[in-house]
Amino acid sequence: MNKIGERLYNGLIKENPTFVLALGMCPTLAVTTSAMNGLGMGLTTTAVLVLSNLIISILRKVIPNRVRIPAFIVIVASFVTMVQLLLQAYLPSLNDALGVYIPLIVVNCIILGRAESYAYHNKPIASFFDGLGMGLGFSVALTLIGALREILGVGTVFGYKITPDSYVPINIFVLAPGAFFVLAFVTAIMNAVKSSMEKRGKNVSKFGTGCTDDCSKCGKKGCEHRFYDSEASAENPNRKKADEAKKDNANGKEDK
Amino acid sequence: MAEEIKAEVKAEVKSDAKAEAKTEVKSADKPEVKKPEVKKPEAAAKKNDKPEMSIPYQVSSNPHVRAKSSTGSIMLMVIISLLPAAGFGIYNFGIKALLIIAVSIASAVGTEALCCLIMKKKQTVSDLSAIVTGLLLALNLPVTIKWWMAALGAAFAILVVKMLFGGIGQNFMNPALAGRCFLLISFPLQMTNFVTDAYTGATPLAALKSGEAVNITDMILGKTSGTIGETSVICLLIGACFLLITGIIDLKVPASYIVSFAVFVLIFGGHGWDPAYLAAQLSGGGLMLGAFFMATDYATRPITKWGQIVYGIFLGVLTGIFRIFGPSAEGVSYAIIIGNLIVPLIEKATAPVPFGFTKASFKEYKKGGKK
Repeated sequence: MNKIGERLYNGLIKENPTFVLALGMCPTLAVTTSAMNGLGMGLTTTAVLVLSNLIISILRKVIPNRVRIPAFIVIVASFVTMVQLLLQAYLPSLNDALGVYIPLIVVNCIILGRAESYAYHNKPIASFFDGLGMGLGFSVALTLIGALREILGVGTVFGYKITPDSYVPINIFVLAPGAFFVLAFVTAIMNAVKSSMEKRGKNVSKFGTGCTDDCSKCGKKGCEHRFYDSEASAENPNRKKADEAKKDNANGKEDK
Repeated sequence: MAEEIKAEVKAEVKSDAKAEAKTEVKSADKPEVKKPEVKKPEAAAKKNDKPEMSIPYQVSSNPHVRAKSSTGSIMLMVIISLLPAAGFGIYNFGIKALLIIAVSIASAVGTEALCCLIMKKKQTVSDLSAIVTGLLLALNLPVTIKWWMAALGAAFAILVVKMLFGGIGQNFMNPALAGRCFLLISFPLQMTNFVTDAYTGATPLAALKSGEAVNITDMILGKTSGTIGETSVICLLIGACFLLITGIIDLKVPASYIVSFAVFVLIFGGHGWDPAYLAAQLSGGGLMLGAFFMATDYATRPITKWGQIVYGIFLGVLTGIFRIFGPSAEGVSYAIIIGNLIVPLIEKATAPVPFGFTKASFKEYKKGGKK
């Protein structure tokens, strides 16, 4: 149970795909013109992410290492097709609003990223909740950005008018530049909160999921130690050593 | 050629090394002299054949020659030079123009002070640059705009374009124009509403675009509709002359901008050689304000001599394209902002040959990268 809670917390806060990992920027910037679109896109992605994580995790011992990326894409694409057909049948208005961005979920880097770094190395239940946490984190982020853009740019939230009549909507926020402004400001606020939490002695560093290295501080070139290395899995003794070293470090910090 | 220079430098280094050796001996002889290394080499250098080439021993970092002007004094000059245009705007459009100018300046200064406070930076309000930004933005707004829109534009200009990129000197585009474009995209109706009590017609440029006749004398005097500061060509030119005489700006950017724009209009304007049309295009809209006060912004124009001319020509052509082929009558602000963005490329292409290189050897050096 603890593991499940940890995966959800990780996806929602610590490794929030939008604000922390900065993955999936294309839908984040393109479809968040309103809170409803943001929520719809987030939940659609969540559904695909949860199912693909589950299936990939179940099949992780069957998929050969060298062809795993095409295998992931096939699995993800199947689920995206299903979700799109369901949306066309039951939520045609949302389908029209999201347009081409639904088929583009296939190449959403959050989904491929979670498959590659978590589901391929972990058990199905943990992978399922990892997908759920990540998907919910993505949904929350998209809804937040969409709501802010909708308030500033149109004066409504989920279609309900909340601003006084004298308010003149700032048009730029529903256009492309507004997406960049809002994303940047929300990410900056998130980072400020994180750094103040760090100052108070809370450990807010990323959990080591998949590759335990922090990519920005990783000295190795192009992830060669991970990508074409058949031993690159959670069972890899080197990986375990690194994990233990990291845990020791974390413990040391807490002791201090 | 390059080898010769190298050989010369080598010789210099050798002779200096000798001089150093001498001074060391001397200083050993006379230990009571406190800092012999500083004075003696200069004396030794004088004996050299080419004293101006000698390498000094203790070099402070540049600049070595300082002018008395500071950022604050330059910005004060710019403010003074903008006063005629601002004054005429208030005279022309009434007390509401003064309100817009005051709100814009107050918002710009307030935002900068607040930013410095929150970011725990040194307060930079006293260098007056925020006042210039606020004033320029206000001069680029129509008088009919709501006061909070002016405040919002100024806050955006300072916060997003200036302070988030590192404060004064680090802004990648002109903050005032970025603020104007932000408002233009956000409030297209309010930003193009030029109907006031005094003027109900379209701006001269819009009239020109739709083929109506315009009164050139009124345009030069400023008795037309338009934004607060752009109407009076005479007042703008008085301010520009003040800046030119005091040496704050030079003619490279404005002249190449205006001349290239005029040439573009002559060729593509569709009116052939029509002095009245050309004069109306030149004195209409924000061209004069942009060319003299915003394209010449120190932080966002190229620093190289040829770069400034290329930049001016680029702006002129772009303005011409926007005005003649674009859907809207005005294009100065977008032209300058896009020009700002390609300034780094212009600077890279027009970097002068440094001392010690020939043209060929510098080219070779650039190709080979850092060595």
